[in-house]
Amino acid sequence: MIRSEILREIAPILRNELVVCNIGIPSQELHAIDDQPSNFYMLGTMGLASSIGLGLALAQPKPVIVIDGDGSILTNLGTLPTIGNNAPGNYILMIIDNGSYGSTGDQPTYTSQRTDLAGMARAAGCARVVEVQDKDTGPALEDALASGEATVLVVKCDSGNAKMPVITMDPVVIRDRFMQAVAG
Amino acid sequence: MNIDKRIADDLAANGVSFVTTVPCKQLAGVIEEIDRRDDIFHIPSNKEDEGMGLCAGAWMGGKRPAIIMQNTAIGVTINTLATLIQYYRMPLPMIISYRGELREPVACQVEMAVHTKALLAQLNIPTYHFHWQKDVEELDNILKYTFMCNKPVAILTDANFWGGYGDQ
Repeated sequence: MIRSEILREIAPILRNELVVCNIGIPSQELHAIDDQPSNFYMLGTMGLASSIGLGLALAQPKPVIVIDGDGSILTNLGTLPTIGNNAPGNYILMIIDNGSYGSTGDQPTYTSQRTDLAGMARAAGCARVVEVQDKDTGPALEDALASGEATVLVVKCDSGNAKMPVITMDPVVIRDRFMQAVAG
Repeated sequence: MNIDKRIADDLAANGVSFVTTVPCKQLAGVIEEIDRRDDIFHIPSNKEDEGMGLCAGAWMGGKRPAIIMQNTAIGVTINTLATLIQYYRMPLPMIISYRGELREPVACQVEMAVHTKALLAQLNIPTYHFHWQKDVEELDNILKYTFMCNKPVAILTDANFWGGYGDQ
């Protein structure tokens, strides 16, 4: 499966939760598949989805699901120790690990070679780290929500992108409706 | 006057309850004070752009955030300031140790000091420079201004403000 197929499958789970979605094609895919006010789309700033989601989870009690990528985690690796030492039970970091920089032409990342993100998350102090294959994402995400524990979920899948339109919504609109969903 | 306590008191009085820090020798006292207090949650960052991500999330979650860092971080965070904090119009007080200014003992620090105000000006970030201890009296108004306009605001605090480096 490629990322967009996973997103389509888990859309009914995501719909009811606060979602912080990674820059580029992941946000375009989620926006096209199931746009919700409770989705925060990153339009820039590669690497910070996990950090934004962590700040949000620490600030309020609702569950927060971060949809991140292997390339973005690799560009902000300092996030893993911060998560390992601070993440509250309402924080779920889902890393769609397709071993490539999808938004820039599918150049390979190091996770397609020798680098193991689940192992790095454990070494950084993350207590609940789960690695699954693409087809098992939905049940693993539901388990993470039910566990009430901070979870790093690494989803191994194929490289590839769906052709989706660029998000043209104004960033302040994205942010404002998201904050209303957070407060609602 | 205890400057460290004064800064933390002003943050708390303005409802700032989520502070991330990347350390600097000059900031050691204020970081310790913030870590000690129950009315402010302190989360250390490994890098300043990561810290700004944490602050963005905390603000959307209903908390007023702040970041405490060195001016070298301006070189690290320009993209984050432009495409996250400014683009989504978020407030972010940045209490910045202004290394490389008067009474600085480490020459390399001057190399970023000479760019600091120019970079902040290029980004249209309101910038205040604390050089004398009494300048801290402006902090309360700066914090109110930051959360009024939903912008990142820089407060540069140099070695003279912090009392210098002793005999160096």
